[in-house]
Amino acid sequence: MRQRFNFTYFLSEGFHSIFTHGLMSFAAVCMIVACLLIMGSFSLVAVNVGGMLGDLEQQNEFFAFVDETYSQQQVMDLKTRLEQVPNVKEVTFTSKSQAKEDFAEKYEGTENAAMFQDLPDEVYRDRFGIKVVSIEQFGATVKAVEEVEGVVNTRAESEVANGFVVVRNVASGVAVILVVMLVVMSLFIIANTIKLGTFTRRDEIAIMKMCGATNGFVRWPFVFEGMLLGLAGAVLAFFLQWGVYGLIGQAITSSDTIRLITVIPFKNMALEVLGVFAGTGLVVGVGGSMVAIRKFLQV
Amino acid sequence: MIRLIDIYKSYDNGTKALKGVNLRIDDGEFVFLVGPSGSGKSTIIKLLTAEIAPSDGRLMVNGYNLNNITPRQVPYLRRTLGVIFQDFRLINKKTVAENLTFGMRVVGATPREIRKRVPYVLELVGLSKKKDMRPDQLSGGEQQRVAIARALVNNPSMIIADEPTGNLDPQRSLEIMMLLERINELGTTVLVVTHEKELVNRFSKRVVAIESGRIISDGTGGYYNNETTI
Repeated sequence: MRQRFNFTYFLSEGFHSIFTHGLMSFAAVCMIVACLLIMGSFSLVAVNVGGMLGDLEQQNEFFAFVDETYSQQQVMDLKTRLEQVPNVKEVTFTSKSQAKEDFAEKYEGTENAAMFQDLPDEVYRDRFGIKVVSIEQFGATVKAVEEVEGVVNTRAESEVANGFVVVRNVASGVAVILVVMLVVMSLFIIANTIKLGTFTRRDEIAIMKMCGATNGFVRWPFVFEGMLLGLAGAVLAFFLQWGVYGLIGQAITSSDTIRLITVIPFKNMALEVLGVFAGTGLVVGVGGSMVAIRKFLQV
Repeated sequence: MIRLIDIYKSYDNGTKALKGVNLRIDDGEFVFLVGPSGSGKSTIIKLLTAEIAPSDGRLMVNGYNLNNITPRQVPYLRRTLGVIFQDFRLINKKTVAENLTFGMRVVGATPREIRKRVPYVLELVGLSKKKDMRPDQLSGGEQQRVAIARALVNNPSMIIADEPTGNLDPQRSLEIMMLLERINELGTTVLVVTHEKELVNRFSKRVVAIESGRIISDGTGGYYNNETTI
């Protein structure tokens, strides 16, 4: 005879057990909240920096100047070769005269305007504006372009891009390390909370087993307890994260010095954050309870 | 039905608890298993409930071959057995009726089945009027009756009682034995493990005596009669 899954019984037993060991349950929830908050904060920093890097990738362009002896045909051939360089996304040609017009337009209305208008075309050089696919390989791409025959030199400002790459990599690395550490700690705390429950109910469990309860029947209330603790921690952490993120975002956007940094609105990521938090909370809760109950099932 | 064929059991610490035990208990029998402490009585109970496995020999309980029973089958074997302990093992935070309900719920009984069966079993053990009391508000004899009721509530084909009167005075002990006898008369096989010779001798039942891991006598009519039928 297959035993039916008594959802309401398991849920009520799990719920009851949380309040029976209120202090430990509270500690477990706090631990999950702390873990998720730290994990979430670092992840959100990484996401934001990633977003800014994406913008930079869209905008970041360096210039490759063409050998002055090249004919128009040779310049067109050079464009094809530049497009074949790895990580090159887009190559745009600007002639000497176009460059002059661009400069004049850029400095129009300034005190230097006259200086640019009077310069002969020969002062300028034909150039290619080059955009990259991944900003992380920006330096390597510039180098590769410099080695292409027909390119005299390049002009690239890679410091900003490199800075963002470093920040993103550090944030991602720290997030991964912290997540692993904190998940292990959360698992330990949850397992101890559930173990306390199983210890105080060990006689009951022995009676259940002696009456013919299956391992599943004994295990489910504890799994539900872990699940509820994990979910409670996840929901609390989500709202706290929302608040903290909102406050920091507001501080950044209202600051004169760092308002160049764009902050992705939390609402744009809320579902993903909730999903990740709930998933992590569930995994930690269920995993912890499974670890805790294993020993008590060997009756 | 129980069949132990040449059963040996050695523990990890080297103790040889059973040394070639042969025993057959048919459906509907009432059997006393007697012997001094350390004789191997508790080991036999643990073998029958699949808490431990035999080191050697063949073991059958209620149609289950315990030599190759899987962990998944163990709960279903236990549902054919009702086990009673010396220390009652009741849940004190639950009432008498709730203890029985709990015993049924863990095997997946429906609320309707529980509502029907629990009053019947309470009536059988004479505790209908105390169904709303907690076990710690009852006397030792009454607590053992609750334990018997819980063992019976899932309608097992066999009751195994491990020193059921160990914590009771002679009068309560006799009452418990009479209750078990009545349950046996209703068709349930009963195996009582005890070392109370006087109590055993008051009933004309089959008595299996074990000593140092070996069955030394098996007969009817009392522990001291030495009517060995091995």
